Amino acid sequence: MTLKKSSVFQTLKAKKFTIAVHLIAWAVALIWVIPFLGVFMASIRPFSEVQFGWWNFQSFHPTLESFYDAWIGRTSSAPLSSAMVNSLIVTVPATFVPIFVAALAAYSFARFSFRTKDLLFLAIVLLQTIPQQMVILPIFTLMKNIGLLNTYIGLILVHTAFGLPWQILFLRNFFSVLPVEVEEAARIDGASYFKIFYKIVLPMSLPALASIVSLQFVWVWNDFFFALTLIHDPSMRLATQTIPANITRYERNWSLLSAASIIVMIVPIAVYVALQRYYVRGITAGAVKG
Amino acid sequence: MSFLEKGRGEFVGLDNYADVVSRKEFLNTERLANFFGGPSFGALIHNLLWIVIHLPLCLFFGLLLAVLSRDVKGSAIIKSTIFLGIVIPMIVGGVVLRFILDRDAGILNGILRVIGFGASVRDWTAYPDTALITVILGSVWIWTGFSMIVYSAGLQGIPVELYEAAKIDGASRWKTFWRITVPMLRPATIVVVTMTLLWELKVFDIVFAATQGGPGDASKVLAYIMFIDAFPGNDFGTASVIAVILTIMTFGVAAYLVNRMAKS
Repeated sequence: MTLKKSSVFQTLKAKKFTIAVHLIAWAVALIWVIPFLGVFMASIRPFSEVQFGWWNFQSFHPTLESFYDAWIGRTSSAPLSSAMVNSLIVTVPATFVPIFVAALAAYSFARFSFRTKDLLFLAIVLLQTIPQQMVILPIFTLMKNIGLLNTYIGLILVHTAFGLPWQILFLRNFFSVLPVEVEEAARIDGASYFKIFYKIVLPMSLPALASIVSLQFVWVWNDFFFALTLIHDPSMRLATQTIPANITRYERNWSLLSAASIIVMIVPIAVYVALQRYYVRGITAGAVKG
Repeated sequence: MSFLEKGRGEFVGLDNYADVVSRKEFLNTERLANFFGGPSFGALIHNLLWIVIHLPLCLFFGLLLAVLSRDVKGSAIIKSTIFLGIVIPMIVGGVVLRFILDRDAGILNGILRVIGFGASVRDWTAYPDTALITVILGSVWIWTGFSMIVYSAGLQGIPVELYEAAKIDGASRWKTFWRITVPMLRPATIVVVTMTLLWELKVFDIVFAATQGGPGDASKVLAYIMFIDAFPGNDFGTASVIAVILTIMTFGVAAYLVNRMAKS
């Protein structure tokens, strides 16, 4: 009898604990959602309605006007219509060029041995941690001297160079645990190294490649610092650069700013949602940079 | 470049270093002597404040959410939402912070009015004594997703048998947490701490969007004064000095990480 009583008491206690855990978790999640909710609410309502708080609903007139204004740049020098295209022009090559190079390099690190291999690899690991701020001054001078300042090619090159170290590291770790036997069998059948690489190794590495594509794409798209320092022509501005351009000219038009923010951030969010599993795996594998 | 003079590029030894270190926006010794009140600390101390305040909060919330979400229904939604903070561009994150802290349109003041603190309502980023701290606290919102996701992955790596054994031994939840979960998450903690430190040292976009270093020098950080020196200011000598200081700090943190990873 006493045993039964105590077990009832314990399940009751466990239930209380579960409820408390749910409450805390959802409360924290709510705090985290509120800013996004605010941005969304401000973006779909005229500024006059949200000026004193988007949580006031005495009058509520949803409109897409702010999105339209941000898109054509009616109230600022920064139309998002061209900036979004510019960002794509930079982001797509700056995602795929380094991945191709990194895959080749990582494969040679994983499978071949050559002199200075360890030294080179150590250099790459260390390069990974170099902050943007350290490299930006020499890069700026270099780009100026070779005439690539204010060009997308220059920016793409910088992103490629910056993406390579962590991608090589990430892919090497992946390649080195792939079974060697398959490749050896292909080798005996007379396949060339390059054929083995793109017929066997690359298809087996699709999950790792998906991680890198999602991380690098989001990182290049979100980049502000390199774009700010290397692209000066207002008509060449990237999407992230248009956001502060909107702040300085129309300081408090939160509807416009919110709409512009949503347009800019919807792209990385879409990539994240589509490749969520690979994105998270890439982050947790330590392949984080900044 | 940190040893060269602005413009002509002559070698000037440590002059640029002396110039940077003596600047108030870099390190303000007056404020250090008069800790509460007075002018701002300078960017070096601001970065350190960022570390002292932002790092423990991100660790705490990340661990809390990771641990709680094991037992919570719908935790996948919660996690994805919180993770969005590090998926969106940081420049957008900075704008959102500024929106939250705005005098009329910001939710923070909206809440303060409702709970009866109407007197402290203000434009939080426009006052020297609140600009830095509110942006630091706000950036916890941006970065917690990172620590949460790394801790979640770490939790999955803890063998269930350990918890079962603890249950059989009659250990309380609290004891199980401190004796099993926390020690087993050590590798995850090392990753989170170093990555967060690197992030805090390099923080730029958020400050640029939320306060532009202001008012005055109140929320300037190292990366920000480096940028201002180099590009509007066109002084690559002093900017390089700041870049070198920043890199030395970063390498210290990175060396620690590489060392720990090599050990394990």
